[in-house]
Amino acid sequence: MGTQVKDVIVKPDAPSSLMLDKHADYIAAYGAKKDDYEYTLSEYLRMSGIYWGLTVMDLMGQLPRMNQEEITDFIKSCQHECGGISASIGHDPHLLYTLSAVQILSLYDNVDAIDVDKVVEYVKGLQQEDGSFAGDKWGEIDTRFSFCAVATLALLGKMDKINVDKAVEFILSCMNFDGGFGCRPGSESHAGQIYCCTGFLSLTGQLHQVKADLLGWWLCERQLKSGGLNGRPEKLPDVCYSWWVLASLKIIGRIHWIDKAKLRAFILACQDEETGGFADRPGDMVDPFHTLFGSR
Amino acid sequence: MSGVEESSHESVEVKENNAFDDDVEDQLGDDYAVDPTRYIFYRDRKEWADLEPVPQDDGPNPVVKIAYSDKFSDVYDYFRALLKNDERSERAFALTAEAIELNAANYTVWHYRRVLLQALSKDLEDEMRYITAIIDEQPKNYQVWHHRRMVVEWLKDPSEELEFIADILSQDAKNYHAWQHRQWVIQEYKLWDNELEFVETLLEEDVRNNSAWNQRHFVISQTTGFSDPTIVEREIKYCLKQIRKAPHNESAWNYLKGMLQDRGLSSQPGLLERVLELKDTHCSPYLLAFLFDCYEDVLESSNQKENVEEEEREGTLRKALEICKLLAQEKDTIRKEYWHFLGSSLKSKYGSSDSSEESTADNSEPSVPASVQQETS
Repeated sequence: MGTQVKDVIVKPDAPSSLMLDKHADYIAAYGAKKDDYEYTLSEYLRMSGIYWGLTVMDLMGQLPRMNQEEITDFIKSCQHECGGISASIGHDPHLLYTLSAVQILSLYDNVDAIDVDKVVEYVKGLQQEDGSFAGDKWGEIDTRFSFCAVATLALLGKMDKINVDKAVEFILSCMNFDGGFGCRPGSESHAGQIYCCTGFLSLTGQLHQVKADLLGWWLCERQLKSGGLNGRPEKLPDVCYSWWVLASLKIIGRIHWIDKAKLRAFILACQDEETGGFADRPGDMVDPFHTLFGSR
Repeated sequence: MSGVEESSHESVEVKENNAFDDDVEDQLGDDYAVDPTRYIFYRDRKEWADLEPVPQDDGPNPVVKIAYSDKFSDVYDYFRALLKNDERSERAFALTAEAIELNAANYTVWHYRRVLLQALSKDLEDEMRYITAIIDEQPKNYQVWHHRRMVVEWLKDPSEELEFIADILSQDAKNYHAWQHRQWVIQEYKLWDNELEFVETLLEEDVRNNSAWNQRHFVISQTTGFSDPTIVEREIKYCLKQIRKAPHNESAWNYLKGMLQDRGLSSQPGLLERVLELKDTHCSPYLLAFLFDCYEDVLESSNQKENVEEEEREGTLRKALEICKLLAQEKDTIRKEYWHFLGSSLKSKYGSSDSSEESTADNSEPSVPASVQQETS
């Protein structure tokens, strides 16, 4: 008969209402705990961590609880000579954290705190001949980086500084037979990469190139009986895919193809009633990343 | 619940117990011991006394100073010191291994290690053994795979790659990083020959492995292509065979559709009949969806033909709409909005103005592009 389809079971006593205040408290306290090993380990993505935390707080109308001045100073000290921005002080610059930094400063309406021209130069310098973008000087190519590049430049109003046509060409070369996108041409379709590519095509005004019905179907197929969404066929559901898949569907205008009520129930079940925050799936440990995507 | 956290796509697996393999231990020198009670902090090692450790600068509140584990701060204080001085030495190289052991997702450490590999002209074969061990422990990490790729490129030697990746995939057959690396190696060094066979082995083990199906498409499209009818027939046979084994298999159906959709699903002689045969014994929402797509394609191509009976066309439309209804109401209710949408669009495109089918739910999402609602001819 074949193996069981992968999914989780949402228990009847799982949380069923949104505990916004608990989540705000969780984020506000994050990083203030001593001996927090997990926090230490995530230093290499600190800039993104801050962005996720701030966005959650902003969504809940509690942004003022975070220290804007210190965060801004932190970002300034993370901008390197080449213009790129690192995840934390003493780390190397990277497109991922350059975007997060620009996103944070955009939240605060203060992009001029850093050298914008240099950022643009850095981003531009990472574009390859085939239109793709490397993440940093070491040359890893991934459609995530194409998204980071255009999102950064869009926020700064400088998209014209790169070769947009070539960048689009590369993204389209990553479109697969199922309408989805992977990280490089030929790579398996994956919801996270799809988010980056549809976001990219939206920002560059090329959404008409997406096979919206085909991709929309692939995306709504991510919904499992539990109501949760997975990232690709035959994988477990994860609350962050609520964001990647849902945002992609919204971008291509097919968001109503997901069963909202069932998804909502799944997401709420991922909350931790004691500590606040969201986990990737019911019963697991919470973290700011999943808290942001659950809240959204 | 474990104390281990997963953030973004990168799984940071932390081991409190030290489990080095011999090569790594050799690199660290004799005074390093696996037994934590004999561990000597860098700050207490005479041969490191010349360096001023650089404590972590944590930036803003509430990102405040934290009491890291002692060993972690010790290693990273000295890592930062080395970085600050841009020291290119054996001891620096050895320390990167320690830093990686504590946090393999730290991309700055990997950068530095690569700089040192080149500056010190380190033996890259040794490095291959090292990265093999690390990936084996932490296979879901971008940095380790990228590092391996760099070493393979420097060595210009992919000879170990296919076997290594196969080994990693035997632990997790869907590891996204492993598959990317595999695709890169195969394309770069033209190692296509046995890949289809490899894919088939994996699909024998788990016919629902979407990564393997993707790889199948990758191999064929980059080698023989899909234009040869013999190849297409072979692939159809293969898909249907797998579907018989496990009918509820999204990947197999996606593959079948993906392969045929450009030339039109109904263009393949006999396919519709074969799928209808399966419907009784091996039905699934995917089979029904595929049938729908076939009927839609029939309608599309009959639009272009002159001599298709109106009755025939209506028959096909009716069958297609029945499928939508079946899926929306019974077989795949979670996606009823999608099935309603498909039914409506098909009806407006191919239905006659005096048709009396029951109305299906309207698409009320304002952002659906107008182009999907076709005018009736």
